[in-house]
Formats: sequence, C-alpha cells, structure tokens
Amino acid sequence: MKNLFLLFFLTVVFLKAGFLHSEELEIGISQGNIKPTPIAVTDFFAENLKSKKFGKDISNVISNNLERSGLFKIINKKSYIQDSESLNNQPRFEDWKLIKAQHLVSGNIIIKGDTIEVEFRLYDILTQKQITGKRYETGKSNWRRVSHIISDEIFERITGDTGFFDTRIVYVAESGPVGKKQKRLAIMDQDQSNHRFLTDGSYMVLTPRFSPTSQKITYMSYINKQPRVFILDIETGQQEIVGDFPGMTFAPRFSPDGKKIIMSYSDPDVGNSEIYTMELSTRSVERITNNPGIDVSPSFSPDGSKIVFNSDRGTRQHLYVMDYNGKNLKRISKGVGSYFTPVWSPRGDKIAFTKLENRQFYIGIMDIDGKNERMIAEEYHVEGPTWAPNGAYLMYYKQSKTFVDSEGKVKSGGESKLFMVDTTGHREREIVTPLEGSDPAWSPLLH
Amino acid sequence: MLTRILISFFIMIFIAACGSSPKEDAGADGAGGSGLTSVDYTSDGVKAGTGDDLIINVGDRIFFEFASHELNGEAQEQLQAQAAWMKQYSNVTLTVEGHCDERGTREYNIALGERRAQAMKNYLIGLGVTADRLSTISYGKERPAVLGSSEAAWSQNRRAVAVVN
Repeated sequence: MKNLFLLFFLTVVFLKAGFLHSEELEIGISQGNIKPTPIAVTDFFAENLKSKKFGKDISNVISNNLERSGLFKIINKKSYIQDSESLNNQPRFEDWKLIKAQHLVSGNIIIKGDTIEVEFRLYDILTQKQITGKRYETGKSNWRRVSHIISDEIFERITGDTGFFDTRIVYVAESGPVGKKQKRLAIMDQDQSNHRFLTDGSYMVLTPRFSPTSQKITYMSYINKQPRVFILDIETGQQEIVGDFPGMTFAPRFSPDGKKIIMSYSDPDVGNSEIYTMELSTRSVERITNNPGIDVSPSFSPDGSKIVFNSDRGTRQHLYVMDYNGKNLKRISKGVGSYFTPVWSPRGDKIAFTKLENRQFYIGIMDIDGKNERMIAEEYHVEGPTWAPNGAYLMYYKQSKTFVDSEGKVKSGGESKLFMVDTTGHREREIVTPLEGSDPAWSPLLH
Repeated sequence: MLTRILISFFIMIFIAACGSSPKEDAGADGAGGSGLTSVDYTSDGVKAGTGDDLIINVGDRIFFEFASHELNGEAQEQLQAQAAWMKQYSNVTLTVEGHCDERGTREYNIALGERRAQAMKNYLIGLGVTADRLSTISYGKERPAVLGSSEAAWSQNRRAVAVVN
C-alpha cells in the first residue's frame, strides 16, 4: 500500500469588524422543528479570473453544508442585488434586507502560486453588524477543507452549537447481488466528497468506528475466515489485529480517550459473547460482563465512567448501563419491543439505539436513564446510529424489503442506504454514496 | 488587533492498493495426489465421506426459532444422524456456520449466529464427536440461504450448517 502525506499548514487571522461584536443569536438545535434561517452566501470575490472558479466553489461547498444542516435556507444567488466586488468593500445592508436575508456570508480569495488566501465575513443584516471574520492561508489544494472550516465557523456563530462540517464518514460500501454482497470499508468527507475505499473487498468487513483522538478506525474483519476486531490507521494504511483471542471478537468501539478498545468476545469453549476491554498500549485484557445471555454492542459514556450495552439476559433484547468495571448494572430500556446497538451521545445526555417493534425497525433516542424515549426514524429495516460530533445529528442505514419471484430470485429491494437526521427527527435526508452503504460512523471534528 | 494562530495538521490521501488475500476455498474434491487410493461411492454416485455426501444423504443443517439457539426435536434427530456419519468418516473435520434471519442488528446477529453454531457443536460433542474435529464461525445475517423478506425465507435462514473442511 502507498500513502501520500500532505502537511496542511493553515494560518488563521481574525478580521476585526468596524463595529462591536454582536451578541450571538441563539437558535438551539435541540429545541424542535424551527424555521430555517434565510442566509445569503455570495461567491467569494477574486480579482484574478482564474481564481474566480475557486470563489464560486468555496461558496457552493459552504451553501451545501449549511443547507444540509436543515437550519438554513440559502437564498438564491440570482436574487442578490449587490455584486461580490462592491460587497468586498462594504455590504449595503438595505440590499440584503430587501431579499429577506437574515445573514450574509461574503469573502474574497487571493491565489499566490500554490497557496490560497481565503477571507470570509459573516454579517447580521438586521443589526447591520459583522458577526465574525477570518482569513485562512493554506495550500491551494486544501480549498475544500477551508470551506468546511468556514462552514463550521458560521454554523457555530449563528446557532451557538459546534459545527460538524469538517468531519469524515467511514462506512461499509456494498456491491453485488443481495445475499452475497461484497462489503468493503470506504471513507469520505461529510459532504460525500473525497470518497475512497480502504479495503479491497476480498474479505468482508463490518461495523467500522472512528477513534475519538486519532486517525484510526476499529472494525470487524473476516480476513482469512477468522472474524476478529482490527484497527486501521488511515494515515499509514496499516491494519492491526486487536489482541490474540482464540475466538471471535466483534462489535468494537474506542474508549473516549482512544486508549482502549471495548468489544464483544466469544470464547470458543463457551460460545457466548461477553464484553471485554483491551488497553492498546499494554494489551492487557479485562472481562467486564459475566452472564449466560448475549452481551454485545458496548459504548462508553464520553467521560469513560459508564458503559451502555445490549443484552438478551432478560426475556428480550434490552439496553443496560453499568460502571466501566461492570458494577452497578441497570436495565434502562423500558418499552415493549427489542432494543439494540446503543450509542452514547458526545454530549453525554442521550443514548441513541435501534429498536424492533411489531416487525418494524426504528432509530430512537432516550435519556441515559431510559426516560423520554422517542423515535426519530422508521423503516422496514433501519439500524446502527452514529452521532455527529456536536450531538445534534445522527446517521444510520436503512435496508429495504427484498421482493422475490416464484423461483426465489430477487425482483427488487434489499438495498442499503445511508441517511442523516437531526435529533428532533425532522429533515431526514439520504447521504448518497457511489455504491450501497451501511454501518456509517462519524469522525470527530478534524480541526 | 490581530490574533495569529497557527494550526498544522495532516490530511492524508489513501491509495487503495491492498494486497491480495485468499479467496473462497476451492472445492474439497480436488485431486489429492498421485498415490493409489480407493474411493467409496454412495448409492447415488456421490463420493462417500465428502461434503456432498453429507448434504445429500445425511443433511448438513438445522433450523432455529426467532432469536433462539435452542435445538428442537427435529434438530436433535438431524444431529444424531450427523454424529453417526462423523463416526463413520473419522478423518472428516467440520466448520459449523451459524446464521440468522434479517430481523436483527448486525452485531446482535453475529453473537446469535455464534451461539447457534456453538449449540450444534456442543450437541455433536455430546454424541461422541471429538471437539478437535469441530470449529465454529458466525456470519450473523450476512449470508442468507434463501432471499426474501418473508417468514418462509427467514425460517430457512435461522440455521446452523456443517461444512466439511
């Protein structure tokens, strides 16, 4: 395997506004279905004709990001009255008020050789103030990355929540006939650009998850028909097996400090799955659960003090919370139906999960004590939620019903697709991938 | 006032050019060398003591209820026949594959498939097949035998299957 490393030096300059900083406008994503904020995002101004394309591309990446959040309505560029060049000097707020913009994003770029200088300013139209402004200097090829960083800045200043645009998604890319799909790891930016495969498909991989602290992924691989948990370093391409277990290891996740893997292990002499942790530096292994039922899908709380997991130790599959050492175990799911794949939110206050009830699957969210359960997505089959790093969005995958003819051949369906939704369950949208997709996992913010 | 912050970080470009890895095993009936050996055939022309023999003349699989790894009477009867066959062909080793229907999550079904494979393995051991001739693997819901989102398909997919190595 060959890898290219690209050192990305980014210089950030804060641009002073001619006014006092305006107070942040609180929208608060968790407050329900609010009306999207109308915002104008102009093409970034460039003197040089060749640089104009970058100005347009940067504006488009930012627009698409903000639009995808569901919290912004991008005002059609055709209705803009003031042009980019004149805007570069000073916005005519009345012009932007006329087209009902609440916010305005302007910017300019200068390209010198291989470097690009990108400057942006965010204005509040009503108060006629600059909310923020920054200049970034970096390699020309990093223009898209800078666009994501600017998007996060805008999102944060307007909503008061951290953004999620400078992030990546790792997932299982699926191709081939239903029932025999090839499953390989793939990675892409959150906006689906820079897509590439990480494994070649000669062996099945499942359930990738990001390290919270490094550019590593843990996942389950069937390489050599030995289903085990692995770690892939996405910078070096190095794959490493996690521990030396005589039986199957699966359902891995990193601990919040990135130092441990928590996973299920099925001892071949017992044949039942228990939850284990392995310290990556010392390779010391600790068994956390000890129960004749299946214990699977563990996920740490963000402070590392607790673990939520899935077990069928009762009459059905339910969610349980215990201390990091297995003590103080409590069942938290209370409803009818079966519960699976709990994931602790990065904010610490919620748990997302998969639920099966009356032959229908759901993605739901509950408090960490199981209260206030609510469903945010529903489908014949939907599973595997992953949180955006700001805890305000979830991604998961849906699989459609498979329809067969009288000879058992597939007529339609059986397709897997990625979706994202905000935690109110509104504005669900498909995350389009080149092949079919399943098991998405959201990276932490990269900056 | 200007504040200058210098952030440096890595972006990496990954070129997928992974090494090859073994594909599915070739059929078990490949030529076994040039030595003179005699081979028995069963009445329907299948080589005795092979995977085909097991599938056709004995039966290679057992079925389970939803979310269960318990062996019902039918499954136990089936495994008794398999155990007898294993005693007859004492050089045969098996991989027991555990599978599930699509009505569950990947992770839970991998665990459940393992329990099904293990239940079958343990029952065979109880009938006198030595443990060193039996290994297990779970595919969860990833390798259905019958396609379709119906109880008819699901009941065929909740299974454990003996595969001759």
